[in-house]
Amino acid sequence: MSAVSHAVDAAVMSGVQVVAVALGGPLLVGMMRTVRCRLEGRVGPPVFQPLIDIRKLLRKQRLRPDQATWVFALAPVVLVATVAVVAAIAPLITTRPALGGGADLFAIVYLLLLGSTLLALAGLDAGTAFGGMGSSRAVTIGALAEPALLVTILALSLAGHSSNLPAVISSTLAHPASVAAPQRLFALGALLVVVVAESGRLPVDNPATHLELTMVHEAKILEYSGPDLALVSAGEAMRFMVLLGIFVNLVAPWGVATSASAGRIILGLVTFAAKLAVTAGALAVFEVTTAKVRLFRLPELLAGAFVLALLGVVSGLVVR
Amino acid sequence: MTAGWLVVAGATTGVAAGAVGAALPRRWRFTSAALLVWLACAFEAAAAVHVMATGRHIVLHSATLIPITGVDIELNQLGALFVLLVAGVAIPATLHGIGYARHGLDSRLAAGTFPLFVTCLLLVPAAGSVATFMGLWELMALTSLVLVLINHGRSEATRSAATWYAVFTHGGAVLILVAWLILTAHTKGQTFPELSAHARELAPAVRGLVFLLALVGFGSKAGVVPFHVWLPKAHPEAPSPVSALMSGAMVALGVYGIILVGDVVLGRGPSWWWLTVLVLGAGSALFGSIHAASSTDMKRLLAYSTTDNIGLALIALGASGFFESTRHPLLAALALVASLTLILNHAAFKAALFLSAGSVQVATGSRDLDQLGGLLRRMPQTGTLFLVSAAAIAALPPLNGFVGEWLLFQSLLHGAAIGSTAGDVAIPLALSAMALTAGLTVVAFVKAAGIGFLGRPRSVGADDAVEVAVTMRLAVGLLAGACVVLGVVPFLVLPAVERAAGVALPGLTRAPVSRGVELQLVGLRGLLAPAAVAGGLVVAVGAVVGLRRVLARRPAPNVAEAWGCGRQFQTARMQYTAVSFAEPVQRVFDDVLRPVQDLDVSHAAESRYFVESLTFHNSVDDAVERWLYERIIRAARRWGQAARLLQPGSVHRYLAYGLGAVVVVFASLAVVR
Repeated sequence: MSAVSHAVDAAVMSGVQVVAVALGGPLLVGMMRTVRCRLEGRVGPPVFQPLIDIRKLLRKQRLRPDQATWVFALAPVVLVATVAVVAAIAPLITTRPALGGGADLFAIVYLLLLGSTLLALAGLDAGTAFGGMGSSRAVTIGALAEPALLVTILALSLAGHSSNLPAVISSTLAHPASVAAPQRLFALGALLVVVVAESGRLPVDNPATHLELTMVHEAKILEYSGPDLALVSAGEAMRFMVLLGIFVNLVAPWGVATSASAGRIILGLVTFAAKLAVTAGALAVFEVTTAKVRLFRLPELLAGAFVLALLGVVSGLVVR
Repeated sequence: MTAGWLVVAGATTGVAAGAVGAALPRRWRFTSAALLVWLACAFEAAAAVHVMATGRHIVLHSATLIPITGVDIELNQLGALFVLLVAGVAIPATLHGIGYARHGLDSRLAAGTFPLFVTCLLLVPAAGSVATFMGLWELMALTSLVLVLINHGRSEATRSAATWYAVFTHGGAVLILVAWLILTAHTKGQTFPELSAHARELAPAVRGLVFLLALVGFGSKAGVVPFHVWLPKAHPEAPSPVSALMSGAMVALGVYGIILVGDVVLGRGPSWWWLTVLVLGAGSALFGSIHAASSTDMKRLLAYSTTDNIGLALIALGASGFFESTRHPLLAALALVASLTLILNHAAFKAALFLSAGSVQVATGSRDLDQLGGLLRRMPQTGTLFLVSAAAIAALPPLNGFVGEWLLFQSLLHGAAIGSTAGDVAIPLALSAMALTAGLTVVAFVKAAGIGFLGRPRSVGADDAVEVAVTMRLAVGLLAGACVVLGVVPFLVLPAVERAAGVALPGLTRAPVSRGVELQLVGLRGLLAPAAVAGGLVVAVGAVVGLRRVLARRPAPNVAEAWGCGRQFQTARMQYTAVSFAEPVQRVFDDVLRPVQDLDVSHAAESRYFVESLTFHNSVDDAVERWLYERIIRAARRWGQAARLLQPGSVHRYLAYGLGAVVVVFASLAVVR
């Protein structure tokens, strides 16, 4: 096959991933809500409700606070754009997306950081008490999660001598026995905590609350309305799906398409959806049984994740 | 024809600029000096480019210019990189100075000293012998000290800052001088090639001592913890173009000094040297970033962030030396390239940030974040450029900070698996330190940009702020532009960085990063495509904007008042402040920061159930200053008091001291001989 058709295949697969994440993110959030409602004995909204909400918000008028600047207008767009770029290059459904060579885990982390940092700035832009509160808390949590995140990447990269995500996943596919290697288990445990913290789920942040003592993400975006809020909700849902998607593919890489045939891509989509559904369902069950941790107890949780990640690195270096 | 005349012409022009600055009337003083400073920068930069391009060192010797020692110039590729860095900071800083001059740079003394400071900065990396280096180094320290003191009439803080700076810079210079003297005592010559030819013959313990002395001496210039105490004092008090030069260029020369002594002259050494550098770097990065995240004075925040960035560069430098000592030359080269890239990037964004802080101070009269706010609406260009530079320092793609941190991350990542016990412990911990530093830098600069430039103005000065002079905006624009260029197309400068690294690692045959649009590590698995990331982001932003336009029914935005919890009017005091923004970080790291908090409640005269006013006070002092230096100062005072017992003023007693000393000397001679 020629280089051109390889590039076209890769671009098509990246497009499939972006569309899957754009539609799947809100669905994933809706599914988790439904699971939680059923466990709590409520009927709950339909699974499609987040998508319906986004459509509703898109039809409304945009309102901008009088003090706001271009930062406020730009942040939701950049949030969605960064997640879309990550969704295009990360190996979610296929190990060979476009520009997959550049899908360095470090680059992915910092691309996502770009979106969340701009959103934190946007929280300060309106000049209200709530926005600053949300921004301050969000960046603090992000800063404390960073060591756990980068050390996790180190632990995962030790085996393949590369922090390139497709390479990490391919090397796991090639050596199935390494799935249960201790360094991976420790590192993935740490990664799960970081994914939960970064996407603002319980026990770090409660997306369903609007109580000023506890809210983080919702306080930051309080001034958004209409299409801007639609973008923020979509962006956050997509971000959650990308993070969780990377996590499940690191835990169990099977099913990820290694070639560009239509059958493999469909198989990849189905297995990816199944893995996500199982993990998200388990997370939802966990969320029902747990309460939000106090903001100032969070450092302990994230330090725990950091120690887990460091254990991963140490065991990786010991069993070498 | 040799290119040596370029160096001489640059130096002469620089000195002439100083004379012009001191001589001309106030109106033309700084501008005319600035023109000559640019010419000097252009000459020196041309010499540096010549060295980079041809690979031939510029060597000059004059035995007559200064008697006995003579003057030696040797500009190699490592020096050339630092000359280019200094010129890159000095040109915009001087341009900013033209607009800033009315605010404290247009006195005869200031306009005369500023060009001399720039000239010294340009010449230090070109020095080829101990005497020339130390002469220029001291001149650089003295001229910068004069410039820190220039506003001494305005506040006591300036005088105190200058004292601290003087003590550290001269204490450091003494240690550096001792290091050089140990080397020259062994060798007959004093030029760097002569020293490096004989340095290997020294005993390992002596080599170690020389390295440690130089590390502490240059470290005090580079702002390494625990020798950083002068930075958060001197940087805020100096005029902003001077702060930019000090933080972007002079501090970088401290790292140049460590590379010069450790790599070039001593020819690298055992791993404990470099692990020391790595540990100092990690400590500086963490301490600096924690303090930057909790500072409320904009320039103090930037000063602590300088300590943090230099710490990262030293982590890379230490890792490089460590890899070399464990025989991994390719990794060593990669880490050294990372270190130099971090220094180069730091010069670009830190100079931009210091100059913007100067613009803000000119426009609002304050650099306290809690007096600012809403500046992006009032100073749109300065504000936007500050935001871009802040994003660069926070290592957000597609800007230059990201490329530097990626290189550092990759060198540590691949270095973790080299199979040395010390490395197994040090490298993952260095990586953790780097990660926490990166996270806290985001906190610090979201705070600086968000509290300072967004929201509502917190003071009359901020409310009345207007955009600053065009020269000042252009100066910051040049540097912020450099951040974008270095971030999107780093391959334009990486070859120069690699050539500079080759001077420190002479055995290196392969460049550690491939020459292409994408950064591909050579011999290791790692790839970054900064241009593709930038392009992808632009395309994605365009697509999202287009999609929103298609999907949204009513696109025209309407302006409304922000929600104020049911209150009718929002005031600036309802916003989060810099103190409240940093409160979670301050609480998490209170063991390091030890904040002093105080709440004063005064009750109404009628009843103590009614509160008349509340005063909250929060201050964060430097723990190192309090726990180390204040003790040293107290101890010195006590010894000084005790010494007074020896000096009662009696001439007889002093004659007895003299006699006693002579007896002791003779007695000891009798015993020794």
